[in-house]
Amino acid sequence: MIAQNVTFWILAAAMVLAAIGVVRSQNVVHAALYLVVVLAGSAAQFILLAAEFVAWVQVLIYIGAVIILFLFGIMLTRAPMRSDTDLDNDQRWPAAVVSLFLLGVLSTLLIQAFGDKEIDISGGHGAELLAQGRAGSLAESIFAAYVVPFELVSMLLLAALVGAVVIARRD
Amino acid sequence: MNVSLALDIGWGTTLAIKTVIVLAIIPFGALVLGYTFLLKMMSHMQSRLGPMDPGGFHGWFQLVGDGIKFLQKEDIMPAEADRRVFAMAPAVVVMSTFLIFLVIPAGPRLVVEDLDVGVFYALAVSSLSVIGVLMAGWASANKFALLGALRAAGQLIAYELPLLLAVVGVVIEAGTMSLQGIVVAQQEGAIFGFDAIGNPFVLTQFVGFALFLVAAQAELTQPPFDMPVAESELISGYMVEYTGFRFLFFFIGEFGTAFAFAALAATLFLGGWAIPGVHGATADLLGPIVLFVKLMAIAFLMFWVRFTYPRLREDQLQALAWKVLIPIGLLNIIATGIIKVAVS
Repeated sequence: MIAQNVTFWILAAAMVLAAIGVVRSQNVVHAALYLVVVLAGSAAQFILLAAEFVAWVQVLIYIGAVIILFLFGIMLTRAPMRSDTDLDNDQRWPAAVVSLFLLGVLSTLLIQAFGDKEIDISGGHGAELLAQGRAGSLAESIFAAYVVPFELVSMLLLAALVGAVVIARRD
Repeated sequence: MNVSLALDIGWGTTLAIKTVIVLAIIPFGALVLGYTFLLKMMSHMQSRLGPMDPGGFHGWFQLVGDGIKFLQKEDIMPAEADRRVFAMAPAVVVMSTFLIFLVIPAGPRLVVEDLDVGVFYALAVSSLSVIGVLMAGWASANKFALLGALRAAGQLIAYELPLLLAVVGVVIEAGTMSLQGIVVAQQEGAIFGFDAIGNPFVLTQFVGFALFLVAAQAELTQPPFDMPVAESELISGYMVEYTGFRFLFFFIGEFGTAFAFAALAATLFLGGWAIPGVHGATADLLGPIVLFVKLMAIAFLMFWVRFTYPRLREDQLQALAWKVLIPIGLLNIIATGIIKVAVS
């Protein structure tokens, strides 16, 4: 067990506990705050995988914007202080079955694809891998190799944005 | 002068030293800004006699007195409050400040961690303080606190965009997001072949500099952007239920973040720790002092505006961000990109 493995298991355990907190919580604000822990954990996992830029994008977009919009929306409408029993419904068992099924599919897929692969970080390979995760090489692959899909995605987002404005307008 | 600062210590010790230094910088910065600007400069500008009196010379005892007052106040928690969230909120705000300081360089080697995406990281973690503000406002179980928190969140989301866009111009010019790299790019740059003072980006990125200062002012919820804490209508907004020690945390968070933003602006636009003609180990020794002088100059500007302008109305505040600052920021990026390609 190297330090990265230990860190991975600690983070994973914290993320699973927080994720259970998200679905078990009786209070919708608490659920959103548990979600912050889950997302921060996945940002930390990205750092362990040497994908520094992706990790901080995760923090900026998901924690810094999406969660804040969640909280903003909740507090603007109801902001319940006490527990809300309506949050818990009678679909626990189907939900458990579906999530176990998903866990099975994803872990089979990951183990079959990468189960016995080891990443070679000896000699210069480690530095090479680190360089791949850097913002510069990411930018090069987005704006040189994959520029057409990138532009298509931005057009799609723009169309969605305009659509949202059109739907939200009253007149 | 050739001083060797290299000490032979393990990474554990290094980590401990770094943590202690960063933890010490936050209250230090908050006290320095609070004392110099909030107590002394404001008293001079607004003819306030109170803070000039305690202790005799120039009222030097005022801050100590304030500190003692905060510590002996009773720690009150509203009966209806969500206790855990209420207690955690000030810590979240201070943690976000703590994380910003990790990437700000004070010398060629004096930086906790020179991240490849330094400036991006700094702005990403500075946005975390909003969560603390929302937690505080909601957990207080007070409608004034909740209103203040909602205003704060709306304002911080709106002004995060101009802040990011203002920095993009600098990143394009420096060709790197690492704060250390940005300092070096300014130190080694030249203005039309004249390289005696390097090329501080405030000269070429003056639009970005102005945008950054305005947006930072709003991110700090300082006047004229203090709708979220407006004391005359919201009785201090999300902080209304906090007393004594917990309130002190918010206070330290606010002024510590002001210190961090001033240091960021000094690094991005004024060349950070670099001064002309100083290199190597000497720069490591002088760097912190140079950075401090530059950031105090920027903090002076920020607090000058704070003490001078009246509060903006909520709709004016939002309109300024979305209709004025963001379009200017986008134009600045386009212009910088075109000039960069045309010149190089």
